[in-house]
Amino acid sequence: MCTVCGCGTASLMNAPANEVQAEGVARRAHSHSHDHDHDHEHSHDHGTDHHHETAFAAIDFGKGLAGVSVPGLSQERTISIERDILAKNNAFADGNRSRLTEAGVFAINLLSSPGSGKTSLLVRAITDLQDRWPMVVIEGDQQTSNDAERIRQTGAQAVQINTGKGCHLDAHMVGHALEQLSLEPGGLLFIENVGNLVCPAAFDLGEACKVVVLSVTEGEDKPLKYPDMFAAADLMLLNKSDLLPHLDFDVDACLAAALRVNPRLQILTVSARSGEGLAAFYAWIEGRAAGALGPIARLA
Amino acid sequence: MHEVSLIENVIAMVQQEQAKHAFARVNLIRLKVGALGHAEPDALRFCFDAVATGTIAEGSRLEIEIIPGEGWCVDCRSAVPLDERFGACPVCAGGRVRMTGGDVLRLAEMEVE
Repeated sequence: MCTVCGCGTASLMNAPANEVQAEGVARRAHSHSHDHDHDHEHSHDHGTDHHHETAFAAIDFGKGLAGVSVPGLSQERTISIERDILAKNNAFADGNRSRLTEAGVFAINLLSSPGSGKTSLLVRAITDLQDRWPMVVIEGDQQTSNDAERIRQTGAQAVQINTGKGCHLDAHMVGHALEQLSLEPGGLLFIENVGNLVCPAAFDLGEACKVVVLSVTEGEDKPLKYPDMFAAADLMLLNKSDLLPHLDFDVDACLAAALRVNPRLQILTVSARSGEGLAAFYAWIEGRAAGALGPIARLA
Repeated sequence: MHEVSLIENVIAMVQQEQAKHAFARVNLIRLKVGALGHAEPDALRFCFDAVATGTIAEGSRLEIEIIPGEGWCVDCRSAVPLDERFGACPVCAGGRVRMTGGDVLRLAEMEVE
């Protein structure tokens, strides 16, 4: 029985065996069967038995109703409900947050449009920081395990979630992905959301903070066009700064637009390619993580 | 289009209510959606029939009450209506307005029989 919701997960697609054997990573194989008398709805289909064979099986939530996931006599009468439509997601998010806090793991939800460089940024950050923090990654995409495979090449654990037609990760999906990861105290979890500047803003995943990535090839008015995302973020990374000499991008106008939407937003200009600004990003993570978890455990 | 997910959540909540209060059909589902929130009322309406098909909510009408945006102007020291999340104060035209309402997303009530 799954600990998140008492149900089965979506279909699991095992990564090739040679990619799941990262050294030092415990294989946490288990299997379970379930009956279907649980009291909430799942649109994804699943067999009565399945096996979490490896720590890195991809999770596909796109098999169900409308290709997306759900976190769940006689006389006319009115029933008053007055409940938040996202209450169920928020309950799963609270569960994830408690679990991460108990494990001593600091979680960052990384958000952006497709192609802003989230995965390149992560690969660079993991390479730079792997002697400093244990790091694990949850990758969200509609299809393919390409991004998780890129992350695994750094040696870090990564679980791929495929959302099918879904346009965002939700807290239920992330809860299942957490089951497959080894969470080490003082470690970091990066959740790379589906590339989309709209929908993921609405779904709390249980993260400690949201970091939005905007690249200089996208246009300086993006924060005004997609204000929900920038309003929800704690930090904005203006990425691909190495391309600025080749573009007409107005950095000041972009920063002003972002601050107009969210006056409390912190902003760093970075380049995953050249490394510019990344030290400040790492210091930001360290500061936030220390505030959230107490002194971060350093690896020797 | 996360409105599909939101409507699926609404239908799941209706099904939960059905377990508590036995009813055979749902005639009306009433939502409250903030004007400054992240859900688009037209998109919610657009996907409702498709998502409701085959569920207890099939055939139900969907009514959406738009909850207007509201802010607190630091300079006027008063509550002001807000058309945009980052809009200026409609009274003093100042930019120091903190959004205080208008991003609600609730299942308010439903009519059943």
